[in-house]
Amino acid sequence: MLYLLRRFVLLIVTVIFVSFITFGVFQILPGDPVLTMLGTEADPAQIENLRSELGLDLPLYVQYFDWITGLFTGDLGNSIRFSMPVMDLMLDRLPVTLSLAAITLFIVCAVSLPLGMFAARRQNKLSDLTLSTATQIGMAIPSFWLGMMLIIYVAMNVDFFRISGYIPWSTSVTGAFSTLLLPAITIAIPQIAINFRYVRTAILEQIRLDYVRTIRSKGIVERIVMYKHVLKNALIPILTVFGLISAEVMAGTIIVEQVFSIPGVGQLLVTAINNRDFPLVQGIVMYITIAVVSINFIIDILYSIIDPRIRIR
Amino acid sequence: MTSKLLKNFNLLIGLFIVGGLLLIMIISFFYTPHDVTAMNIAQKLLAPNGTNWFGTDEFGRDIFSRIMKGTQTAFLVGVITVFIGVVFGVLIGGIAGYFGGWTDEILSRFLDALMAFPGIILALMLVAIFGPGIVNTSIALGVIAIPGIARIVRSGFVQQREAEYVLAAKLIGANAPRIMFRHIFPNISSQIIVAATITFATAMLAEAALSYLGLGVQPPDPSWGRMLKDSQSYLTSAPWYVYAPGIAITIMVLGLYMLSNAVRDLLDPRSKQ
Amino acid sequence: MIKYARLLLMALVVVLLAACSEDSGSSSSNETNNSSSGDAAQEIIVRVNDDPDFLDPHKATASISFQMILNIFEGLMAPNTDGSLREALGEKYEVSDDGLEYTFTIRQGVKFHDGSDLTVDDVKYTFDRLMGTNGGEKMKNNFDNVLSTEVVDENTFKFTLKEPNSNFLYALTALTSGIVPAANDGKHNENPIGTGPFAYEKYSPGTNLVLKKNDDYWRDGLPYLNKVTFNFQSDDQAAIMALLANEVDLTSVPWARIDEVTDEFNTTQQQNNSSLVVTFNEEKEPFNNVKVRQAIAMAINKDDIISSVFNGYAEKLGSNMSPAMGKYHDDSLVDVWQFDVEKAKSLLEEAGYPDGFSTKITVSSHNGIYGNIAQIVVENLKAIGIDVEIEVVEWGIWLERVYFGRDYEMTAIDLTGRPSAYEVLNDYVSTNDGENFFRFNNADFDKVMSEVLLETDQEKQVDYFKQAQSILTEEAAAVYIADYQVIWGSDKAVSGLKSYPFWYHDMSEVKMSN
Repeated sequence: MLYLLRRFVLLIVTVIFVSFITFGVFQILPGDPVLTMLGTEADPAQIENLRSELGLDLPLYVQYFDWITGLFTGDLGNSIRFSMPVMDLMLDRLPVTLSLAAITLFIVCAVSLPLGMFAARRQNKLSDLTLSTATQIGMAIPSFWLGMMLIIYVAMNVDFFRISGYIPWSTSVTGAFSTLLLPAITIAIPQIAINFRYVRTAILEQIRLDYVRTIRSKGIVERIVMYKHVLKNALIPILTVFGLISAEVMAGTIIVEQVFSIPGVGQLLVTAINNRDFPLVQGIVMYITIAVVSINFIIDILYSIIDPRIRIR
Repeated sequence: MTSKLLKNFNLLIGLFIVGGLLLIMIISFFYTPHDVTAMNIAQKLLAPNGTNWFGTDEFGRDIFSRIMKGTQTAFLVGVITVFIGVVFGVLIGGIAGYFGGWTDEILSRFLDALMAFPGIILALMLVAIFGPGIVNTSIALGVIAIPGIARIVRSGFVQQREAEYVLAAKLIGANAPRIMFRHIFPNISSQIIVAATITFATAMLAEAALSYLGLGVQPPDPSWGRMLKDSQSYLTSAPWYVYAPGIAITIMVLGLYMLSNAVRDLLDPRSKQ
Repeated sequence: MIKYARLLLMALVVVLLAACSEDSGSSSSNETNNSSSGDAAQEIIVRVNDDPDFLDPHKATASISFQMILNIFEGLMAPNTDGSLREALGEKYEVSDDGLEYTFTIRQGVKFHDGSDLTVDDVKYTFDRLMGTNGGEKMKNNFDNVLSTEVVDENTFKFTLKEPNSNFLYALTALTSGIVPAANDGKHNENPIGTGPFAYEKYSPGTNLVLKKNDDYWRDGLPYLNKVTFNFQSDDQAAIMALLANEVDLTSVPWARIDEVTDEFNTTQQQNNSSLVVTFNEEKEPFNNVKVRQAIAMAINKDDIISSVFNGYAEKLGSNMSPAMGKYHDDSLVDVWQFDVEKAKSLLEEAGYPDGFSTKITVSSHNGIYGNIAQIVVENLKAIGIDVEIEVVEWGIWLERVYFGRDYEMTAIDLTGRPSAYEVLNDYVSTNDGENFFRFNNADFDKVMSEVLLETDQEKQVDYFKQAQSILTEEAAAVYIADYQVIWGSDKAVSGLKSYPFWYHDMSEVKMSN
């Protein structure tokens, strides 16, 4: 319990730390959001008007303080570029990115777990090696290139897949899949490769252990051996990677959302940075940080549930 | 025989690829079939032929020569990134792992914060602050690589600091830096080498991604990532222009991954069969 | 097995959660396509490069905003496709003999999108808001020359100017002064209401802007479309693929990929009416030396740029005016500075730089063409001994440093098209501090530009404008490369598109057929 409490406190500290960095970075970042937005046609009067409207002429610590206090009431300020509350913009896009991440994670698990176990059992045989190489190629391809190739060769030729945009689940479930499936595959392929290796190694380590020999000698079917016993114990390292992968998947969505024009949080973030829209960037970065740190936190909890030994630290 | 070959598969192919690219890079300093920046607009977007083995780009420049020159950019980006990542990663991770206590807590929080930041975003912001270009991009990528390496180094130091040989060294009167670097460090060097090769590979992919997003290496320097972005418009009219840099990146990264696997298998007894 | 299943279950739960928290908002799907039987659905999806900066027509400054919102708002005057003006909400107007009074009769029977009638009070409110005469901030500088406005009676509105200005009518289109209802005060950006053929329906930032038909539009029979969706897509490659995949009905096509589109789609070529220039900061050495500028003008191979960057789809320029401006354009100027490396070298020597010099060209990354042009410029100038380093910066930084800060040596950019010939040229007026980021300063030019404002005879105006262009060419105020063409690719079912000398997707007469 104490352990978890400590981790929780540290979570808060990390989050505050990140907020500080984000805010600070934007003060050093060259490029003025107001100028960027109004473009070449802006005259000095308009620029000044917009700046004071947005509170950009207030001293820095006031701006930071306003923002931090707003954080606790759920008011993340207004986006400079879109003249709308940051919270609204993010909430609008969250379901998209979450759906994409969920489908991706599903694909990653569904493929890498059986594949990893298969390879572990056939260690160093040709099939193991082929799988190893194939997955490494998957890891080596630049993700946006993979996305482009998928668009050109799959989406353009197969009617089902849309090449851009997003159809909400509420409008059409098949529609949603038609927009999310290819992007999910693009993000998933390198992650499958990574996860595959970890699963394979984890399973290999377990197989070597005595208890496996014991169960086998009892005559239990191989499949039960693998799934019920070995996998269970191999779960810890696999969970670690799951945590890491979640962070990667979050990051992967940023590039892939650009390639497939998916209106998710990642794409919003890139737009926000290009526009120097720092309220928006701060809002999104906070969300991502909290999400990643929370996932790791949850995994820590899962650890302590699965393996009581870890609780005593 | 075949099983021995298969066992060392990673090592062989990895060395072949990386060594081959290194060789190409060295050659490119002295010779490329054509001038890398010379334009000949009348000859734009030619398919691969006798004079231009990979064809020409939208300015009539020889793609093969630019790919060759691109190895310089690739290795430069990789080396700077790994250098920064390893030097600072080892320092931070080593100090945190060896001394523990509050130093460890603070440094670990800092690393956590750095890691929680999506790498691409951090790179975007750093490049936006310091300006684009090979060196700045690599520094940004190096900074992003620090936490990953630091984590590995830290856990290595944590594991090793209670070992007997460390206690022995302390008894003799060796001071902390000496213990850390003369004694502990060599024992975790294999893990660092593996992490370094992987960092090299991810740096290449990250540079390509940054170029895709519009920052990264600047023209007319030929970086594969940039060529990949510039070639997008010509995907249907000149596909070789797109495939050349894409395949180059993939091969380079593949070679590095294989090499890192081979090193891991060789030096780390735990993962051996 | 159990743990495996648990993981899958977790993932499924997340998916379901995401689905349940779904907003019906962010969709960019085209749910009704041309049905196989019966009439085509009168809906169109148009791709634009970016979000509007504001929906409020008085706040909006980026030309991309007007591409879309000119469908929502109208002014007293409206632009024609040839750059001239016609009456819109101002049914007719009279100008007094001294050129100081403009009296407008307001069109009757026009309704705003919320059903209320357009009255002369709304017109007064609009101009008060723009000029800041009602206690608010002044929003635009275009009306600094207006002494006063007056509601003469319930159908008539009068402007009194301080000095005659032959360009004044151009400030009365929706590009500058869209008429907005007084009743909507404070909500012009969140809930834009105008009199145009289409009404605002929904704006999803970063995704699209949806407009719906204005059933009470004052021009009879128009519009035909029921729904217009503007999808935002900054990536040209993704846009053309969306066109090919029938996910978008109208988009600009990258010059290198026109061949992929010509079979199944209509293509229209439109002169962008902009000047693509390589220009200098003329307060800095050595660019303050006219011979240096002229030498550079002769060293840059405009044909190469047109061929390589635009695949031939551009018209070479001689000065800061495009052939798209019709009679105002002086077409003899394009031959003044021919591509001649030897002459360029000797001119550079004459200027005092026999060994050349080094400099830097700063371009924005928001559009790949500038980086490409910079690379060609580097190669061209190498031949005459000038060593150029390329610096690519983000758009925001280009604006801050180059455009507003004037902290640069060379740059490449295209200067936006305007319907008014005066506004195309007045960037070079030395007192125009806001737009003259090249720091061009020529007394003759200034004189010509101030005299044209006082001239009411159109033919004489043309002469003045041609003189102005001549001066710019001779002084090599910039290297005027080309006016590139925008190639619009549209679905064959789309008809009624119009091309203006500036960016405007006029949807009022567009129809979808089977």
